[in-house]
Amino acid sequence: MTKPGKQVHLAAHFPGVNNTTVWSDPRSESQIDFGSFVRLAQTAERGKFDFFFLAEGLRLRELKGRIHDLDVMGRPESLTVLSALAAVTERLGLAATVNSTFNEPYEVARRLASLDHLSGGRAAWNVVTSFDAFTGENFRRGGYLDEADRYTRAAEFLQTARELWDSWRPDAVAADPARGEFVRPGGIGAFRHDGRHISISGRFNVPRGPQGRPVIIQAGDSDEGREFAASDADVIFSRHGRLEEGRAFYKDVKARMAKYGRRPEDLKILPAVTYALGDTEEEAAEHAAEIRRAQVSPQTALAFLEGVWGRDFSDVDPDGPLPDLEPDLGEGVSKGRAQFRGDRSATVEKWRALAREKNLTVRELVIEVTGRQTFVGTPRTVADRIEEFVRTDAADGFIFVPHLTPGGLDDLVDKVVPLLQEKGVFRADYTGPTLRDHLGLTKEQAA
Amino acid sequence: MTRVHLAAALDGAGWHPAAWRSPDARPDELFTAGYWAGLVAEAENGLLDFVTFEDSLGPQSSRFEGPDDRVDQVRGRLDAVLVAARVAPLTSRIGLVPTTSTTHTEPFHVAIGIASLDHVSRGRAGWRPQISPRAADARHFGRREFPEFTLDQRADPRIAEHVRLLFDEAADVVEVARRLWDSWEDDAEIRDVATGRFVDRDKLHYIDFEGRFFSVKGPSITPRSPQGRPLVTALAHDVLPYEFAARGADVVYVTPRSAAEAAEIVGRVREAETTVGRLGDPLKVFADVLVFLDDDAPAARDRKARLDDLDGAPLASDALVFTGSPGELADLLLEWRDAGVEGFRLRPAVLPYDLAGITRGLAPELRSRGAFHDAYGADTLRGLIGLDRPAGRYAVS
Repeated sequence: MTKPGKQVHLAAHFPGVNNTTVWSDPRSESQIDFGSFVRLAQTAERGKFDFFFLAEGLRLRELKGRIHDLDVMGRPESLTVLSALAAVTERLGLAATVNSTFNEPYEVARRLASLDHLSGGRAAWNVVTSFDAFTGENFRRGGYLDEADRYTRAAEFLQTARELWDSWRPDAVAADPARGEFVRPGGIGAFRHDGRHISISGRFNVPRGPQGRPVIIQAGDSDEGREFAASDADVIFSRHGRLEEGRAFYKDVKARMAKYGRRPEDLKILPAVTYALGDTEEEAAEHAAEIRRAQVSPQTALAFLEGVWGRDFSDVDPDGPLPDLEPDLGEGVSKGRAQFRGDRSATVEKWRALAREKNLTVRELVIEVTGRQTFVGTPRTVADRIEEFVRTDAADGFIFVPHLTPGGLDDLVDKVVPLLQEKGVFRADYTGPTLRDHLGLTKEQAA
Repeated sequence: MTRVHLAAALDGAGWHPAAWRSPDARPDELFTAGYWAGLVAEAENGLLDFVTFEDSLGPQSSRFEGPDDRVDQVRGRLDAVLVAARVAPLTSRIGLVPTTSTTHTEPFHVAIGIASLDHVSRGRAGWRPQISPRAADARHFGRREFPEFTLDQRADPRIAEHVRLLFDEAADVVEVARRLWDSWEDDAEIRDVATGRFVDRDKLHYIDFEGRFFSVKGPSITPRSPQGRPLVTALAHDVLPYEFAARGADVVYVTPRSAAEAAEIVGRVREAETTVGRLGDPLKVFADVLVFLDDDAPAARDRKARLDDLDGAPLASDALVFTGSPGELADLLLEWRDAGVEGFRLRPAVLPYDLAGITRGLAPELRSRGAFHDAYGADTLRGLIGLDRPAGRYAVS
């Protein structure tokens, strides 16, 4: 299947609070200094990326009841930093991850609408949910939400936010001194939402933003998450960075859209991906292996194993064989991250078999089974792969997750983007001012 | 001669409800970044110590108790923290002090938002926590039912108790924010390759706050910011808010109408400090004044009268409304300074007109009398106000 003219969309993820981000490299700089955010955002804008993405984590991660100290940690409040970045970028979309469980719609809707105004129409919201009492300990309501309700509350939260954004007509602000009308008559901002999770009414106090509604991003992969994305999202941040599974996911989600009256192009599917470049394939592979070793320190390898086994492996040699112990399938020792909520016992069996077969140490095994780079190659082969994914409907583009702060996007922007532009599959320049323009989405109109 | 601090309070088109109808007003730009950037640049050119940004969780109204349907006044506000963040990279010395509600927001989110503003401004963040007592605003959140009341009913015991609880809660919010700001020691990040540790977790602290209204475990997710603790400020008109300010703020804004009243209020603020057992630096007392500045008093009075006519009522304000020349305003401020006031938060009646009156008229006038600085003397807002960078409360020295 070929689709001539199908364009690639690119986004950049600020290096995450996890072991993808390498802090031990001498080139690694601050994760919190505003200069790091400016450098990465301006690099993304130089590369004509669609948007810049900030993740969120509302409690520091823990392992064995203590704060996890091996990975980069510490981050700012997303919307505050993105509003500051709006001052030092002109076209780049600005995407904030904001939790729908530990927030209220009125405040989130007004902050996102404010960012949309302050950035001239570049705001996006990655709607995430959580339900855990662990994160809840930092918030007024604690762990109040059942896991089963997390998507129903998120969907209702988003619906409510839309009602708030739509509560000011696009022409509500007259600002007409001659007629003495600041706002047009007929009421501004009136809303009422009576739902299962949210019952609010009154007047919203932010006029409609330049995009109408900010761009909605969704990242869930469960059946409910896919349905939520098909009905409500403009962008999916997916984890399917391999060709075959990417195509299956793409087909599945886009097929769900028709019943909501939406066209496939109304939703962009952007898998999160990592990469390593080299002048030759061999160099790229060596570079990729170096990054993997830096990402999985001996201590990180053990911590990873502990997360899966649910046991204390302080005495295990990371450069020795896998321990013979059986996993403790109780509550687990890792908190504050979404990993390994699956079948840990099956994972242990699989990894043991792999370690035996390839004669791997603990650290080698963890390097082997976790987070290998999605794209490894020369700029040319990586550009070809990106184009292939998009052309064959495995994705509409990618969210690149660099491993270094703040230089992690430099080679991608300098070496791969020009090739995509040469092929005619990626914009040479921005064609409109708003993020909806970059993504090829229509301006959402009030119902 | 003791110098005074100057701040400008920014809100919409200015503090007169008809300000947006003034000849040089920019009513069609109130929701753009350029408008706010221009105002703050003007304030920084005038060497003002800081600007504040008003905010609310409901639309402006001519009625205290809830929204009206007037179309002839400014309605709508952008989130103040985000406005402050938006102008931070475009300025380099002036302090940025947004208002947030303590009533319907999450203390954790507010604390990391202000800390993040301190990071993006490299040490120029402040905060004005504010209660949201109205029933109409509470319905925007649907989590708590508040009594309906008008301003005249504030003395009603039931309403007084409602407001007292909101101030108690606000004090807890400020306490949580200050603990979260201290929860990462300054040198918590170690990047020790030998042990594979990015942080020394002994330097990250649970705050374990358990109060009557909420609990917060901590630590913050945001590393300690350049100022350690951003400047906390509070507007106060009575004993209860003076005590709230004395418990957790660095600066209090008060609203005297005369030098004598200024002296009396400063005395009451000091009493409040004693009542709550305040430790450390005393509160810096700033007086709020709403200003119309022109070449002479008749011109300023005329301008106010024209706006009052347009609005259909004389301007009502909790703060003194001043009409006159920069020289006359300087006389008044210096008289109040001698009564014990250390700084002024001036509310321009019309933006940008009266802000320029402050930066180009009042500031040089005070400077010529030796009562205002001629250059920024510190890189942080705390430094400008004469406060040290505090050590974290959890740090073991």
